[in-house]
Amino acid sequence: MDFRDSPAEAEFRARLRAWLAEHDPGLPTSSTDDEYWARQAEWHTSLYDAGFFGLSWPERYGGHDLPPVYDVILDEELAAAGAPPRPSLGYLVQGITVHGSDAIKERFLPGIISGRDRWCQGFSEPDAGSDLASLRTTATRDGDDFVIDGHKIWTSYSDVADWCFLLARTDPDVPKHKGLSLLAVPMDQPGIEQRPLRMINGITSEFGQVLFDGARTPAANMIGEPGEGWRVAMTIVSHEREPGELGYVARYAKTVKELESTVRADPGSFRSDQREAVSWAYVQTEMLRLHVCRRLSERLDGIDHGPGGSIDKLLMTWVEQSVGAAALDVSGPAAVTDADDVALKIYLYSRAQSVMGGTSQIQKNIVATRILGLPTG
Amino acid sequence: MDTRDTPEQAELRRSARQLARDLGPATVGDLDDATRTKRLSVAVRDAGWLELRHDGGDGAPLASGVEAAIVADALGGGVADTAFAGPVLAADLARRAGAAAGDGAVVAFPFSLTTPALVDGARTTAPLSAVDVAGDHDRAAYVVVPEGPGYRLAQVALDGAPAQGSDLTRSVRVIPAGAPVQEVMRERALTADDLAGWTALGLALTSADLVGVMRGVLDVTVAYAAERRQYDVPIGSFQAVQHLLAEAHCLMEGSLSASLHASWAVDALPPEQARTAGRVAKAYCARAGRTVCETAIQVHGGIGNTWECIAHVHLRRALLSSKWFGDAGEQLRGLERERLGHAGVTDGLS
Repeated sequence: MDFRDSPAEAEFRARLRAWLAEHDPGLPTSSTDDEYWARQAEWHTSLYDAGFFGLSWPERYGGHDLPPVYDVILDEELAAAGAPPRPSLGYLVQGITVHGSDAIKERFLPGIISGRDRWCQGFSEPDAGSDLASLRTTATRDGDDFVIDGHKIWTSYSDVADWCFLLARTDPDVPKHKGLSLLAVPMDQPGIEQRPLRMINGITSEFGQVLFDGARTPAANMIGEPGEGWRVAMTIVSHEREPGELGYVARYAKTVKELESTVRADPGSFRSDQREAVSWAYVQTEMLRLHVCRRLSERLDGIDHGPGGSIDKLLMTWVEQSVGAAALDVSGPAAVTDADDVALKIYLYSRAQSVMGGTSQIQKNIVATRILGLPTG
Repeated sequence: MDTRDTPEQAELRRSARQLARDLGPATVGDLDDATRTKRLSVAVRDAGWLELRHDGGDGAPLASGVEAAIVADALGGGVADTAFAGPVLAADLARRAGAAAGDGAVVAFPFSLTTPALVDGARTTAPLSAVDVAGDHDRAAYVVVPEGPGYRLAQVALDGAPAQGSDLTRSVRVIPAGAPVQEVMRERALTADDLAGWTALGLALTSADLVGVMRGVLDVTVAYAAERRQYDVPIGSFQAVQHLLAEAHCLMEGSLSASLHASWAVDALPPEQARTAGRVAKAYCARAGRTVCETAIQVHGGIGNTWECIAHVHLRRALLSSKWFGDAGEQLRGLERERLGHAGVTDGLS
């Protein structure tokens, strides 16, 4: 057991730190500002071009074939520099890597990793949230294409996406989990309409609704086999629940660092409960950082695509909401007198964490039945 | 960076858990089985675990904080009713002072249980508590005496000190005020760094014990929820019960991640940083440990509130491990002093 950098890791950290010192993108915290999302592609590309993104992914697709724990170093240094978190794409890479053919991997992975192609994920629908398998969007075979009709919602960054990772029903005559397939769908076409959603903290560039009305994609863009869509989706969501894959520790650590600076600058004006909220947020964030160290170290024994991500998701949710609560507490009256207060936006955004990627209640069902082995009702 | 156990650490983890499972109490009634308790104590001693923090010959301990925490975690998991952390912490303090660790010696604590007892005079002036004393033997309890910028190691006798304490698996004995302070042969004064490093070990061991207690009580409780039937189905099939246990399991996993780091930090980081790592782990584990044990009692229902149900043995052990070296509130205050400035509180020995 060793939490220390190896010589190679230390060299990487020093190189990354030096690069960050000269390439501060000056972007706001991702969860609170539309400007971040407008310039996120630019951040992704600059991080990738400098050799600091896709660290553990295969070199042939643009990665660096490094051990997974390098992402811990990346997250730590991004937080220390006050830089934005790394792009959260690992779960799509995992889904394509596990289920895609070689041709699909060659075709899509390099663009995802480099940031040249922007992707969104079309899973949830207005009537298919936690019960995802009941989704009704259809993909109907028509010659060499599939024709897509339906309505997706909570589709993050759909308005800037080049591609949609779409879960659709390709066979209506089999049980609901078995009739689904996964398709890569180009977003720039006439049969697709975007309807942005405004989140409770005011940002408009994250969530969207996407309406498909006769949109088309070649059948060759199917990821996995026909009817394998549920399994592909479960691989993706299990990794979408892992802070190690998402890189959110950097975002939490950056906020905690800012809260600590605020209190330290004028310690006398903060009550003991405000101080405790900040120190508890620090403890939570440290716990999550160390949990990610542990999880990514465990990957040296092989990547687990099972239900463990649900544990990590619940831990991450408690951390994000502790950090959000601390921001609100430290902000004091400004959170209600100023609608643009950043702390207010951080707090409001944190409420989404117990819903996105599967609600906390769904995660607890998974932990109870699939990890603890409790009987299903 | 590779936080996995080495093969040796994995083997120690496996064998320590096996021993705790085989010889620890499976029921509350087992606590009265003196033959079993004796076998457990002898097995822990024979395994050499009480000597993990003895001087390895070069001033460094025989084993790192990681190994000591692996054993603490295993013994907590089995609510093993034998001394471990007490003697190990005493040996670590003696080693730092260049003294030979007394057989079965422990450390005397003031009421706060967070620092070694500080004594300035020929006799103690307040009651002290010796925590995790081995058996009924009368042994020595270490105290520290101010000396120049540091501290001198000394001891008081445990003669006839009455056993007290809420933990049914580990003994706390109270040394009344007025106990004579005896010299200890030692080579060095203890520095503030020594005490910070020693505190880091205490925080790591109590955190690891809490992780073990959480795992142990959850194993018992998950099994109970799968067996106990109401409305003709196992209570573990109800989401209300499932969600309580799922939350508890996550708290245990997060606690493990923080406590592993604290145990590694004991010997790998400078003392003050190691103590900070210990505070982070302890703050998390102490809060989580109490919640998890309370959940276990709730899931056991009425029977969980009876003396016969083993869940309170876990809760009681968690309460001692939480307060020993300071509970979550104590750790958060310490982190605030380190990270948020001022607050006008002096740091004292910790």
